[in-house]
This record gives sequence, structure tokens and C-alpha cells, in this order.
Amino acid sequence: MLKTGTTHIFALFKFNLNKSGMTRLKNVSQMKPGEVGIVAGFTDDHLSVKLMEMGCLPGASVRFNFTAPFGDPVCISVSGYELSLRLDEAATISILN
Amino acid sequence: MASGKRLKIALVGNPNSGKSSLFNYLTGLNQKIGNFPGVTVEKKTGACSLLDGSVVEIVDFPGIYSIYPRSLDEQIVSEVLLDHHSSATPDKIVVVADATNLKRGLLLLTQVIDIGLPTILVLNMMDLVAKAGISYDLQLLSKKLGVPVVPINARNGIGINELKTQLAATLPVSDKTIFSIWDDAKAPVKQLRDRVGIDNDYEAYLFLEQPQSLGFLNSERRNIVDQIRTEYKFFPGKFQGAETIHRYSFIQDLLNEITLKASLDQSWKKRSRQLDHILTHKVWGYLIFFGILFLIFQAIFAWATVPMDFIDGAFANLSRYVNSALPKGPLTSLLAEGVIPGLGGIIIFVPQIAILFAFISALEESGYMARVVFLMDKMMRKFGLNGKSVVPLMSGVACAIPAIMATRTIDNWKERTITIMVTPLMSCSARLPIFTILIALIVPDQKTLGFFNLQGLALMGLYLLGFVAAMGSAWVMKLIINVKERSYLMMELPTYRIPKWSNVGFTILEKTKAFVLEAGKVIMAITIILWVLGSYGPGDRMSKAEEVVQEQTKNMRLTEEGMADRIAAYKLENSYAGIIGKAIEPAIKPLGYDWKIGIALITSFAAREVFVGTIATIYSIGSVKEDDETTIKARMKEEINPDTGGPRFTPAVGFSLLVFYTFAMQCMSTLAVVYRETHGWKWPMIQLVYMTVLAYVSALAVYQILS
Repeated sequence: MLKTGTTHIFALFKFNLNKSGMTRLKNVSQMKPGEVGIVAGFTDDHLSVKLMEMGCLPGASVRFNFTAPFGDPVCISVSGYELSLRLDEAATISILN
Repeated sequence: MASGKRLKIALVGNPNSGKSSLFNYLTGLNQKIGNFPGVTVEKKTGACSLLDGSVVEIVDFPGIYSIYPRSLDEQIVSEVLLDHHSSATPDKIVVVADATNLKRGLLLLTQVIDIGLPTILVLNMMDLVAKAGISYDLQLLSKKLGVPVVPINARNGIGINELKTQLAATLPVSDKTIFSIWDDAKAPVKQLRDRVGIDNDYEAYLFLEQPQSLGFLNSERRNIVDQIRTEYKFFPGKFQGAETIHRYSFIQDLLNEITLKASLDQSWKKRSRQLDHILTHKVWGYLIFFGILFLIFQAIFAWATVPMDFIDGAFANLSRYVNSALPKGPLTSLLAEGVIPGLGGIIIFVPQIAILFAFISALEESGYMARVVFLMDKMMRKFGLNGKSVVPLMSGVACAIPAIMATRTIDNWKERTITIMVTPLMSCSARLPIFTILIALIVPDQKTLGFFNLQGLALMGLYLLGFVAAMGSAWVMKLIINVKERSYLMMELPTYRIPKWSNVGFTILEKTKAFVLEAGKVIMAITIILWVLGSYGPGDRMSKAEEVVQEQTKNMRLTEEGMADRIAAYKLENSYAGIIGKAIEPAIKPLGYDWKIGIALITSFAAREVFVGTIATIYSIGSVKEDDETTIKARMKEEINPDTGGPRFTPAVGFSLLVFYTFAMQCMSTLAVVYRETHGWKWPMIQLVYMTVLAYVSALAVYQILS
């Protein structure tokens, strides 16, 4: 039997951090220019799928490069290229550093 | 092939992977733009001669990161790749990957391999890989994936011949399966394969995961898919995240094996980083952006006028020549006054469209366009738009038609729709002739504050007004249109590069062709309809025009030309267009217009700039050359309003007309493009109504306040 609900895939991988009580982790939107960290997981099922396709995978290292003039969007380096994200998108990526 | 059926080769790959450069290299000038059947996504195809003399057809697909689509443009790729048994199914798939970012490019490749179509991997930008000091074991890569691997540099053509050799060779389907479907999904996949007949597991699995990409299925098979999906509680993208992780872990292992020499040296990106410091700076970034905008403006207005005047003159001469060379009659009239000016009205936009797309394509090629989106996203979001809306809005200043075509890059449906809806409010070049003549008429040619020309200020004010109206309408629509779909940016900032100029040339050619062929058809049709409305009238009024005018003017000593002009004016007045103009007079009287202006409003519905020509005809100065502004202006100045005894074109009427033309949807071609882009008449009709209402109410307010 298949499970239902959007968290199904995460039942397999357990990295939706909202559901494992690890919400106190820092996220990408709180990083400073030049700071580096390791992707620990995501807090948004829908966005995580897209972020992972773009190479933003759990365990990958991220470097926070710079922000746009009004602090949003931001530019990070991940998987060897530069990715721009809105601040609220960046906030769904939890990191360890 | 001898049978006449050419092999179809599909080019797929990530955005910025150099796919278009490769396409241009392979096909050169043998490119064709069409549509994928049933959808409005543009299809670029081209013929490519291989080394053995055979010719294959190359199809260029929109750039994608994965087989799971994020936008309408991307969906077409999955549709074509999932439909294995149609005439459009490619015989071979070429996956183009940026070799400096192999990991991300391989994700798509592994999905294509699993779908079970013959695949070739092309590694582009090998020069940069060498520069970065990385080296890969490509033979091992090919062996591990079961597909040929061809390293190329699409900028200078290195490796193209090897690729052509591979395209000619027989290509088996890869014997590798990179991702085996989950145990959970095996039962529904088996059922689906048995009942619908699908070639392999992953393909069937994607049927269940992406019901939106199955437009090619007939309703019977579609029902089976839906049944199985409901039975097993599938929802779109159910296992997508897990699949992505699985694929990336395979790719990471693969990369670990094939990398002979890794390098963390990113010094080839150093200059790009330095540029970003300046180009996304809070002061310099915007200054440079507005500087570039100004340059584009300048180019479209100043530089384009030379070829435009030439085209204008050439078509006017042709028209005159045809009129004099052919025997008089309705057919000659249709040709000289309907078809030729209609053609001219299309070709005249070509210089502006070419210049605009030269800039846009060069900015895109260089990687700067992504920075514009990055700079503007936050501001645009407040108005329900997206950073990517900047390009269409900017392009709207030249012409709304290519601008609306450029909204396809916006993934989010709501943001894209709003961008389409407000772009025609940006003052396009067709409004310029009306603006200049009316401003010349009502705004004194004086300087204020020493150096600002009042007329110039008025013109700038109108452009600003259009922009403000566009942003305001966007904001209102953001509140009205209620959609749950989430908007996101998530965009690669590619490394800056010098644009490849031949690619810029190809883009110009492509966009110009698309405009002339697509919008041209509608403009042509409307021009002919309006010509009929303007040349024919009820009863025998038209045929008696000459007698009536001669009777009226027998006491005046008119020259032959003056006589002809009066007859033309009389004819227009009594034509269907004239009758409609008179019929709408009560509606436009509160705006300060009479039936003569009403006729001009109607005839300018096809294209705004027709206003000036109509005014010239109706005021019996049709024989004056259209660019002879002073004559038209002088005549307009003399026109008397019988109700007041004063001049017809008072400042109040003039400003009212200016505001009307700034807001009104007086462009059938734009509506036609919106129809194409939104798949129906709903949005173009809403657009027509809201813009007309906005124009009417604003013009009314302006006239009532000023008079």
C-alpha cells in the first residue's frame, strides 16, 4: 500500500526537518556573505524537490555570495555554480556550519 | 535517407548549457520556426547535413533541468519524450551538458536514458574544463552510461564533426537502467503497461507522476491512466524528491570514478565575480541598468527611424506606382490602398524588433539578463510581477507583440498572465506618430528652466504615464487574480561571457520572422477589412461622390488635387467606417471628439499610427505626404468646432486624445498574440475591455477637467 500525503517521500528519507524537531538549525537566509555551510535538509516539501533538482542536495556545501541591493534575492554557490534564490526560498534550506 | 524521411534528432539540455549555440552550429541558416502540434510553444527545427551527405532534422527544445516540467515551455519536452509512437517522436536524443557543471547536467541525462530512447551525451564548454584544470575519463563515462559521449566546444565548432559522425551511426538504446522504480509503484506501473502498452517501466511511471504532460493520449487511454492514478492514490510528483536523490547519488559515484583530476581552482570565474560586485551593486548596478535601458531606447527611437523612413517611403512609392500603372478599379484600389500599405505596416516594425532583440539576445548571451532579474525581482514582486517581467515590459516600449512572446520564460502562471495583461500599456512605437503630431499641436515649442523642451517633457510624461498605469494595473490584478500556485525565482546566475555574435544574429532573424509571419497575418487581414469599411458604403452614396462634391464646390475654383482630396473626404464620410464614426459620436462627445475623430479612432484600431493618415484624409489633405507634419498640423489647427466657434483641437481635446491613445487597446495584432499565448479569448477580451474602459474614463476626466 502506498502512503498518502505530501510527506510520503520524506517518510523514506526523513529530512523534512519540521517533522523531526530540528527546526532550530540555521538556514541559508541567515548566512552572511562569504559564509559556508552544509545543506542539512529542507523545511518545505514543494520547494525542496526543485532545489534538489538544481543540485542543492542534503550534504552539499553552500557558500553565501552576496545579496541583491535590497537584501533580496540572494546568490549562493552550490554544486559548482551560482544560484539565486528569494529570501523566503533560502529560508527553507537548513544548514550546518 | 533515401526514403525521404529524415531522421529526427532532439536537442535537450539545461538552460545555459550552450544548446542554442550547438543548434546554430549544426543548422546554420536552415532554421524554421513552427509550433508543436496543439500548443503554442515555439518549435525550432533545422536541417543539418552530415558528413556522409545525408540530411537530418534537428529539433531544439526549451532548456530544462529535469524531465519534471516547471513551466509550460518545459512541459513540451516531457510530452514529446513520453510519446514514443507519434510522427513527432525523435529518433535520437542529444543531451547537451555544460561540462563545467557536469553533475547537474547528468541528472537530465539519466532521466532521458531511463525513458528508453537512443541517446548521445554532448559535453559542451570543454575549453573551460581544461582551463579549470579538470580532466575526466570520458571513455569510462560512456561505458558506465551505455551512451556515446562527445566532447565539444560549441563556440568555435571543435568536436562538431565527431558529433555528426555519431548522429549518422546506428545508435542502440542504452542497456543501463539508472533508476529502477520503487517497489511501491511496481503494481500500478505493471497494470498501466499491460493496459495501455508502454515501452518501459520508467516511462509508465512518469505517466503516473505527470498527468499534465499527457496531452497526446486519446481519451480512452487517458481514462485508464486516471483510473490507475486514483486507485493507487498518485498525485503529481509524488516520488520526485526521492528519485532526484537516488539519481544524484548515482551521479556522485559516477563522477568520483570518472574524474581523473579534480580541481577546486575557480579562478576562471574570478572576473565574473568581480563583475558581479559592480553590476549588482546598489548604486552602480542600477545606474548601469538604467544606462543600458537608455541606450536601448535611444537605439529604438533614433537609429531605427532611418530604415523605417526608408521602408515607409518605399511602400508609399510602390502604392503610388501601382495606382498609376494599373487600370483603375476596385482590385487596383485593394492592392494599392489595402494590401501594400498593410504589408508596409508590418515591415515597418522590423527595424525596431531587430534592434530590440539584438540587445536582448546580447544581454542574455552575456549572462547579464539574469542579473537584471536578480536586481529587479523584489520590486516587481510587490506589483504581482516577477523579476523576469522586466524584459517584456522593456520590450513593450518597442512593440507589445514580441514583448508578449517574451513572457514565456516566466514559470508562474499568475505572474505571466499579469505581465501579458499590462505590457500593452507600455507606450509602444506605434503610438509615437500620434504623440508627436498632437504634442506639436497643443504644446508650445518652448524651453522651460532654461533647457527642458516642453514638448520633450510632455512626450516623456506620456511614457511615464503608460509605465505607471502598467504597474498600477498589475497591482490591482495581483489583488483580483486569486491563484494558489506558488511563485519562485530559483535561477542560475551564469558566468559572464562575451556574447557569441552569430547567436545574436540568429535570434534577430528568428524573432523578426516570427513577427512578420505570425502577427503579419492578422495585421494584413484587419487592414483589408478596414480598407473595405473605408472604401465602401451603403447605397449609391459612394458612386455618386464625385457628382455631389462637384455640385457642392462648383463655385469654388479648386485645383484638380484639391478636388480629389474633397472627393476622398466625402467618400470616407459616407463609407461604413464613416457611418460607424458618426454612430459613436454621442459616446465620444463627452471626451471632446467629433465624428471625424471617431472615424480615426475606428480606422486606427488595426494599428494606432493609422490615426494620422485618416485625419489627413478626412480633412481633405490626403494628397499631402504623410510625413509632411506641418501641413497636417496646420490643417488640424484650422479645424473649427461648430459648437464653440473656436478651434477643434483645444489643449483639452489634445490631452484627452493623448491619454486615450496611451491607454487604449488600439492594436488588433496584440490581441491576436495574447489569444495565442493564453489559449483562448478570455484574456484578450478582458484586456480589451479593461484598457478601453481605462482609456475612456481617463480621457473623459482629462477633457472635463481641462475644458
